[in-house]
Amino acid sequence: MAALLCLVVSAAPVTAQPANEAFPAALAELPDAGFADKEAIVARLVETGHSSTAAVLTAMLEDRLYVRTSDHRVFITTSADDTQTSFSLIDPLTLKGAGASPAGELTKIDTNNRLRRVLRTTTARFALSNPDPGVRLSAVTDMLRSLDDATADLLRQRQPQEPDARVRREIETGLAMMALADANPTARLAAVQTLASRRSAEVRNRLGALLERSGDGAYAEPDAAVRQAANQAVQRIDFVRGLYSGVETVFFGLSLGSVLVLAAIGLAITFGVMGVINMAHGELMMLGAYTTYVVQTLMPNHLEWSIPVSIPAAFIVAGLAGVVLERTIIRFLYGRPLETLLATFGVSLVLQQLVRTVFTANNRAVAAPSWMSGTIQINEALAITYNRLYIVGFTLAVFTLLLAVLRRTRLGLQIRAVSQNRGMARAMGIRSARVDAMTFGLGAGIAGVAGVALSQLTNVGPNLGQAYIIDSFMVVVFGGVGNLWGTLIGGMSLGMINKLLEPYAGAVLGKIAVLVTLILFIQRRPRGLFPQTGRAAEGA
Amino acid sequence: MRQKYLCLAACLLAAVMTASSTIQAQTGTIKIGILHSLSGTMAISETTLKDTVLMMIDEQNKKGGLLGRKLEAVVVDPASDWPLFAEKARELLEKDKVAVVFGCWTSVSRKSVLPVFEKDNGLLFYPVQYEGEESSKNVIYTGAAPNQQAIPAVDYLMKEVGVKRWVLEGTDYVYPRTTNKILEAYLKLKGVADADISINYTPFGHSDWQTRVAAIKRFGSAGKKTAVVSTINGDANVPFYKELGNQKISAEDIPVVAFSVGEEELSGLDTKPLVGHLAAWNYFQSVKTPANDAFIKQWKTYIKKPNRTTNDPMEAHYIGFNLWVKAVEKAKSTDVEKVLAALPGLETPNLTGGIAKLLPNHHITKPVYIGEVRADGQFNVVFKTPVVPGDAWSDYLPGSKDTEADWVTLKCGNYNKTTKKCSGQNYK
Repeated sequence: MAALLCLVVSAAPVTAQPANEAFPAALAELPDAGFADKEAIVARLVETGHSSTAAVLTAMLEDRLYVRTSDHRVFITTSADDTQTSFSLIDPLTLKGAGASPAGELTKIDTNNRLRRVLRTTTARFALSNPDPGVRLSAVTDMLRSLDDATADLLRQRQPQEPDARVRREIETGLAMMALADANPTARLAAVQTLASRRSAEVRNRLGALLERSGDGAYAEPDAAVRQAANQAVQRIDFVRGLYSGVETVFFGLSLGSVLVLAAIGLAITFGVMGVINMAHGELMMLGAYTTYVVQTLMPNHLEWSIPVSIPAAFIVAGLAGVVLERTIIRFLYGRPLETLLATFGVSLVLQQLVRTVFTANNRAVAAPSWMSGTIQINEALAITYNRLYIVGFTLAVFTLLLAVLRRTRLGLQIRAVSQNRGMARAMGIRSARVDAMTFGLGAGIAGVAGVALSQLTNVGPNLGQAYIIDSFMVVVFGGVGNLWGTLIGGMSLGMINKLLEPYAGAVLGKIAVLVTLILFIQRRPRGLFPQTGRAAEGA
Repeated sequence: MRQKYLCLAACLLAAVMTASSTIQAQTGTIKIGILHSLSGTMAISETTLKDTVLMMIDEQNKKGGLLGRKLEAVVVDPASDWPLFAEKARELLEKDKVAVVFGCWTSVSRKSVLPVFEKDNGLLFYPVQYEGEESSKNVIYTGAAPNQQAIPAVDYLMKEVGVKRWVLEGTDYVYPRTTNKILEAYLKLKGVADADISINYTPFGHSDWQTRVAAIKRFGSAGKKTAVVSTINGDANVPFYKELGNQKISAEDIPVVAFSVGEEELSGLDTKPLVGHLAAWNYFQSVKTPANDAFIKQWKTYIKKPNRTTNDPMEAHYIGFNLWVKAVEKAKSTDVEKVLAALPGLETPNLTGGIAKLLPNHHITKPVYIGEVRADGQFNVVFKTPVVPGDAWSDYLPGSKDTEADWVTLKCGNYNKTTKKCSGQNYK
């Protein structure tokens, strides 16, 4: 009834007025309308067929449609940035410049989710002939979400002249979905066969709907052959989607594993190689994350470069903090693990409060550069998020680099020598105190680098470190103290186990299960996955 | 004879003491306790509330105080440590002898101080939206009960957005669990099938949302309009919304309505991935009323930072403080019994142009606002209701349906309407 009323209302002005009058009339109603009325007005604007409809609706979708308080006229603005003091205006009828107006004079025409969705599918119609195939593709995808006869007609018109193969494929999908309701069973069968090769959830739902029975036991699809084809197609799609969701879970495991490895790898140096129980490790990561925040505030116009700049900056900040920590506190406590633990725990509290004093207790907003947000759509059923992919790669890079430092550089040689036999190393002329400081600084610096990565995933606040310290120790102990490879394998397997369990057990139970398994494992193999062997290990 | 003198002396002494104490009462200050965490995890949210109460006290003192006496704030720091809340509450009530306490944020902290307030007969104003199922003689709940936040939000999604499938996503503790239990019962009552409701809990501070968001995406791809009702607590929200953004789930596809994400929380994060998602509160900073404009201005001047935001629990303290002041003026005393007797039925304007009335069940009337997150961290109001009376005991849970709280006629926080008995832990 409401729809009918809406149709009547929207149809009436069209018949009464020519397009060049109906359009401004509808437009003038926009500022005072409620969200539901705006939807009807949008439909009316489209019906007028006025040449600037597309521009007005796009502006509305992008929050660029304003009304001027003084004369109650609607204008398009060139920019949606509402922090600016003055807007340059465009006349919505002629699409020509209409001067500028101060921000206080203008009120935005608000949209809500539902209205934006309507606008998106509506503007998609106008984007079908856009020269950019990417825009056309997303336009067709948007149109597929709300298929009706009008959109199907547009797709049908576009199909023969569409040069891009991917767009053509999407149009084909859309037309096939429409053809599922065709009166002719052969046309329906052909449509099902076309759709059988698609992977998207929408197609699966449409095909699944054919197999449903109504209350009196009659199938939604009367023809048995079509039903059978649809059934096969649904099974096939379900199988493939299941397979890809498995691939997705494995990727989730890898990415969680990478975060764990990244958080633990600095600890693997300080705890694993030096034997220092550093409770302030998490806070060193926190320093790294705050460094990212500071770098971003210092270069607000070069957001894309903030991460590459932050990585060395965080390494230096956290590394220096580590060296200071080692020189002023830890070096007096070597060989006394309990006191080290308490002292570093105290340091962690001091660092947290320091950050609270400097940056306040509130979390800080660290923006994600555009190259790190979004997904790679591998196919209709599988998409991988960029930030996770980068972090997996970043972890492997940090790991390789660290391994190279320990194996191939003079510092690495000295670190290994001191950790294996301090007395002998000193006898060979190595300044063990300096090496201790450098080692601790290296571990701390890497913790800082991990903080940069974490700033992209979680809150940057004073409590960031606490959230990761337990996990880091868990990974190092599980992997085998003093073994970098152990940390890598340990972190990755913990991440994987966690993600494989989560869909079945839930996040809370999954975490408990992992902890219990770990305790049992440590009971069996106290030295972890890859225990250190040799005299040095026995002596420790 | 000697006895007589002794009596006389005692009488004199007593008279002098009463006199001196009345003199002191007229000259001394009225102490107001502030029990909000200033350190630890909850400091983010609670420090703001401490400042709000200090600002209100300041304002009242500028007007000449109360009953001719100045107000004095006693600020303690329970450090986000639940048992410490009880200890600090006892300190405020027994040592400082405060007339009233404004405090607590989490339900755990409220539950922890409840026995102290009931034993010492104190008065607590609790400003945060909570799960309900409680009404104490000694607590005034100025935050929203579930029927003033969760239920209207679900109604909005169901009627205005046409949502058919529901994900109830929460952090694993008492508030989300109780709220989700109420919502589940409510949704089923409205004819939503079991298969269309998915309930999940994650630990505090959960940061790896990949699996959950992928599951929500799968759940939402069944061809019916899906929405997420989020009772995710504080810190875990940022990675949740980031992951939603990264997995390309927009508010147009699957809107998320949150009950604990407000202006203060949004100011600490990159709002890009959140734009369009919803929050349900009883107050938004963006609501344009003269009272709200004045409050925002007063707050910014007081805190001396032009970019600080106001939020819903701040309004609750604003209302609570004004109610208490009115009650003290009506009772002409700060005595807890007298103030409690004066409180029910009192009315004070809220900041959004309505009237907050204190009901006999110690809850207040509040309007419900649904807002969409804007890019600047403020909310665009898309839906509002007239004032809704707060209901302590949910009508949708089997155990609490028959329970009623009434501190005026029944003098009971959990009166069972069928057995006609008053029983339970909150009864004194």
